Amino acid sequence: MSNPRTLFDKIWDNHVVHRQDDGTCLLYIDRHLVHEVTSPQAFEGLRMTGRKVRRPENTLAVPDHNVPTSGRAQGIADEESRIQVETLSRNCEEFGVQLFGMNDIRQGVVHIIGPEQGFTLPGMTIVCGDSHTATHGAFGSLAFGIGTSEVEHVLATQTLIQKPAKNMRITVEGDLLPGVTAKDMILHIIGVIGTAGGTGYVIEYAGEAMRKLSMEGRMTICNMSIEAGARAGLIAPDETTFEYIKGRPLAPKAGNWEQAVAYWKTLPSDAGAKYDKEIIVKAADIEPQVTWGTSPEDVVGISAFVPAPSDGRDANKKSAIERSLDYMGLKAGQRVQDITIDKVFIGSCTNGRIEDLREVARIAKGRKVAESVYAMIVPGSGLVKLQAEEEGLDEIFTAAGFDWREPGCSMCLAMNADRLSPGERCASTSNRNFEGRQGRGGRTHLLSPAMAAAAAIAGHLVDVRDYE
Amino acid sequence: MEKFTSLTSVAAPLPLVNIDTDMIIPKQFLKTVKRTGLKAGLFYELRTDEQGNPKDFVLDEPAYKDAKILVTGDNFGCGSSREHAPWALLDQGIRCVIAPSFADIFYNNCFKNGILPIALPQEQVDMLMDDARRGSNAVVSVDLESQEIKGPDGGTITFEVDAHRKHCLLNGLDDIGLTFEKAEHIDQFEAKRKATQPWL
Repeated sequence: MSNPRTLFDKIWDNHVVHRQDDGTCLLYIDRHLVHEVTSPQAFEGLRMTGRKVRRPENTLAVPDHNVPTSGRAQGIADEESRIQVETLSRNCEEFGVQLFGMNDIRQGVVHIIGPEQGFTLPGMTIVCGDSHTATHGAFGSLAFGIGTSEVEHVLATQTLIQKPAKNMRITVEGDLLPGVTAKDMILHIIGVIGTAGGTGYVIEYAGEAMRKLSMEGRMTICNMSIEAGARAGLIAPDETTFEYIKGRPLAPKAGNWEQAVAYWKTLPSDAGAKYDKEIIVKAADIEPQVTWGTSPEDVVGISAFVPAPSDGRDANKKSAIERSLDYMGLKAGQRVQDITIDKVFIGSCTNGRIEDLREVARIAKGRKVAESVYAMIVPGSGLVKLQAEEEGLDEIFTAAGFDWREPGCSMCLAMNADRLSPGERCASTSNRNFEGRQGRGGRTHLLSPAMAAAAAIAGHLVDVRDYE
Repeated sequence: MEKFTSLTSVAAPLPLVNIDTDMIIPKQFLKTVKRTGLKAGLFYELRTDEQGNPKDFVLDEPAYKDAKILVTGDNFGCGSSREHAPWALLDQGIRCVIAPSFADIFYNNCFKNGILPIALPQEQVDMLMDDARRGSNAVVSVDLESQEIKGPDGGTITFEVDAHRKHCLLNGLDDIGLTFEKAEHIDQFEAKRKATQPWL
């Protein structure tokens, strides 16, 4: 009988093509997602060395970072953005890679469309030149972000040179309190372990509260593993996973389906499998979360107060808090709920899926965005947009005063025209509150879609439970 | 990729924790389709005011403008996977970054570009940070073969580096070339995969 293995160990073992004596492995990559920002230099590398894409059928490309979220019929105004998107189209054509172009209904944020198409399946290895590739771990697939040199390596060889990560398990025990969502869970977890807490690890999320999450919620959790320092997050596949996948365009078809499910059922960690680190979090300790600073670990419950530099655990953290407070224009000890906002951004690979939009609609229905606030909703894909419109969510949004946009990464990283001006303060459902992330001098507060909707209505950060 | 064997240079101090790749190179510089010329975007928001005028920044000071070594804080390179971050450092002339810890993707990206990232205990980074603050009076030597850093006052610090990565860096080896040598293994793996997991 072999040693009990974790989900990570099993996927890893199943993908080792070759192992060197020093433990360095050549790992097979099942799926490769490509977008316009981190791929041009990789395709150029192939061209210069006369190499081909080894498995174009296992590669899927989409422009998302640079695309405009309004007025698409006019094309892309910014010349550099336009060139980058056109370069992706040309490269896909030249190398035979499937592309969902900007005007394809299936276009969207790369990490939204993979699962949506059934391109993402349990037990796979999945990479993309994007750190939020961790999202796909929600299906029990080993998914992680890579740099452009590695994008080129995967295009050319369908493999990567890797060493195994360490195993960490984070168990969330008990049930979530009403009004608390997957986003609050992961923000709370990042607050507990810190932004470097997962460095060198793959995090497996477990426990009752995780099991009860929908696939959308699980994707939100795994997505932000990178904000906890881990390259990948994993959740064991179960009936919820299989139900989500079944019938999607690229999912296994009848005949193969049963065989695939039988395999997927062997993936969850064995009883007694060893983890290098174990963290236990009580679901009942989590209230709706919001970040106050410029690192995702700078997070508190909505009923809390902005911390002071003296709360830092060491000199480096104390000076980091001081710098964050100055950048964010906040005072130590200030009530979080008194922080007024100028903009709201709802969308991104973290929270741009249909369930997120339903949450926003639930809060927004029959209410109005505060006059002082501009609030935008950017669906994660064309198909999410279509579904929201079929459900009539867009009417709720526009009646409440939200701007309903076209799909893309948008103001999560502000590479297109959607961005904050210096000093502007934004309640955002995205994943990073770094200095300048949403526009130079912009101030970002990360929170859940429901919390963002409530903030848009109130004009300041507020406890969504008062709006239920 | 350019080899990395050893280098001797002043070290520039950048004592901030959690320097993310957005800070190393902001998004507006990611619209390029090239790997070169990214120095203009390196630490752009630390280096310029909101009008784009230069402001005081360590790498623009006369003592540090030719620094090949950067000494910095914990969790350097966290955030986005953008390889533009090491490309921009390289374009500036930085070949070695020393910090208490690095984010995984950034760390990995450095090795693909001939940059040596060195993780050391906080106390040793603090010592090197003090040395770095002495500007042109303090020259630091890094030797990859012996895995040693020699400080300006003769002290020696040893560091860890993965054997495979060290080998590639010392010889300037191209990963893709190495992997092509294992093409037969990849063919075999794909044949097995097709038989056992036909849905893929």
